[in-house]
Amino acid sequence: MIWLTIVMALREIRRNTLRSILTMLGIVIGVGAVIALTTIGAGATAKVTQDISKLGDNLLIISPGGDRRSTGFSQASGFTKDDISAIQREVPGAEQVAPTVSSRALVVWGNKNWQSSVTGSTAAYLDVRSYAVAKGRSLTDVEGGSGQPLCVLGATVVKELFGSADPLGESIRVGKVSCEIIGVLAAKGQSGMGQDQDDIVLMPLRAVQRRLLGSNDIQQVYVSVAKNRNTTRVKGQIEALLRDRRKVAKDAEDDFNVRDMAEIAATVTSATGALTALLGAIAAVSLLVGGIGIMNIMLVNVTERTREIGIRLAIGALAREVLLQFLVESIALSMLGGLLGVGFGLAGSYAVTNALKVPFVVDPTMLMLAFGVSAFIGVAFGFLPAQKAARLNPIEALRHE
Amino acid sequence: MTATGSPRIKPYVVEFRDVYKIYGEGDTEVRALDGVDLRIDHGEFVAIMGASGSGKSTCMNIVGCLDAPTKGDFLFRGVDVGALDNNQRALLRRHYIGFVFQGFNLLARTTALENVELPLVYRRVPARQRREKAMWALDAVGIANRANHTPSELSGGQQQRVAIARALVSDPSLLLADEPTGNLDSARKIETMELLVKLNQERDITIAMVTHEPDMSVFVSRVVMFKDGKIVDQGHPKDVNFAGAISKRPLSERSAT
Repeated sequence: MIWLTIVMALREIRRNTLRSILTMLGIVIGVGAVIALTTIGAGATAKVTQDISKLGDNLLIISPGGDRRSTGFSQASGFTKDDISAIQREVPGAEQVAPTVSSRALVVWGNKNWQSSVTGSTAAYLDVRSYAVAKGRSLTDVEGGSGQPLCVLGATVVKELFGSADPLGESIRVGKVSCEIIGVLAAKGQSGMGQDQDDIVLMPLRAVQRRLLGSNDIQQVYVSVAKNRNTTRVKGQIEALLRDRRKVAKDAEDDFNVRDMAEIAATVTSATGALTALLGAIAAVSLLVGGIGIMNIMLVNVTERTREIGIRLAIGALAREVLLQFLVESIALSMLGGLLGVGFGLAGSYAVTNALKVPFVVDPTMLMLAFGVSAFIGVAFGFLPAQKAARLNPIEALRHE
Repeated sequence: MTATGSPRIKPYVVEFRDVYKIYGEGDTEVRALDGVDLRIDHGEFVAIMGASGSGKSTCMNIVGCLDAPTKGDFLFRGVDVGALDNNQRALLRRHYIGFVFQGFNLLARTTALENVELPLVYRRVPARQRREKAMWALDAVGIANRANHTPSELSGGQQQRVAIARALVSDPSLLLADEPTGNLDSARKIETMELLVKLNQERDITIAMVTHEPDMSVFVSRVVMFKDGKIVDQGHPKDVNFAGAISKRPLSERSAT
């Protein structure tokens, strides 16, 4: 009987193809929008996470300032050369330690100039940030600690200043300092936060400190943790060491922070996740509207088919069998709409993720949920019309014109 | 089954015992049935006649277990229908009554075969048997060759045959026909009546028919005349007074309606 009811419902839907499609449209759009938005959102999140983990999940970034959300421009003083030596000496898990300072400066070659980010650091910086040298060479350890005016350029800077010319051995002016180009970095593309990682001029730490900034402070320290060491433990050791060295009182908060990449990834992910949820919720409203559309059409349907209902009741259909028939019809409509919505949502998000170069991540629970919700809408909004049909008086229904 | 104290071993198919059907109250009270006593025995072909508003339709609705009396007992095969709820009445209709509705009332855009199968669907008859039985019924009314046509592809007479097949398919104890000749031309009217007579005589099906055309009464075994909610006359068609009811002109002189 239930099988036959389903067959009858599908036949009824096919009989009024255009009207059925229009009825389903609300559900199709609602489900499609929810699927598309969540899939694109999940793709964006995955992309950010991927990018961040590309930085290396064994990377620690030490910045001055207590607040974890601080961007580094805080009142707390920077680190000293001795802090760096202490970390290298006393934290065995710290494989590479790269003290950095950075500044923005105008870079000039010939008649061209370019505003770029100048980073002062040691040779270790390229390793911890996983930059590769495409041409020329990196800084040596000696040069890294020196104040010599040498520089390694990122791909963007090369493109802007030199075009296709060979920059190696040329001399450029960085701020007021003239310096020699010893190497060019391989392109890395955008970071997870949307920054161009190739817009960089790397110079020896002391050269930037003395010639550009006029300060001996170290602004940030990048530490790569040895492969076989536990990142969290190394982080704890560094925190203890720096608290001691910076004379932070026992009950006071840190005036610096050590972040690992997992933490940064989690922050970004939760932000994109919240956005996705919000968009999904807005899309869900259209599901509600779709449900009301189904109820509307089903009510029209019941009125239109009053005589049919009268015939069925007269020849012995029970009220609950008529109720079931109309309920199954509206569930079939909404589930068909849900199915189409899932299809369109996936197709749309596939196109968008491809265009945005974001991974296409399908969340099966989301698909099931969207489908389940559309079935539920069929029941919720189909019940009233179905009940109206079941409560008809067969004598009056048969007389209906 | 005969808890009614009837001396008969086999109960009447239909039995009215002082039945009233009253709509409204006080001054606006309308007595659609005003103390009706009526019995229809197995194998009878009864025509229920009367002008509109005479109570014949109300009587039909009660005979068809679609409605229950306000007062008095209505027994169907010895069962007191007034004591049943909606679902029980629906089951009674499902298993014992075949309906031929006024104006055919076939499901649109549904083939003749599927229309005839419908009562069997509600009886939970398996698909193959359902098909066989429906084909048999279509064959019995002589329209098996049109089984896969929808009502819009059939003439009025053909649609009426499908409607009769649908009433017939579940082997009912009682076949109820409401103005079965109402929408047909005169030739089709006679064909339809002959078909009903054949079913009544050859298949021994009890038939109750509502009509307002006295000409149709020649085919039946008994006429029951209603007026103002009461039975004013009943008996063999030859003996019944059709006064007040409709036209007395012979069929051949009247325009087809």
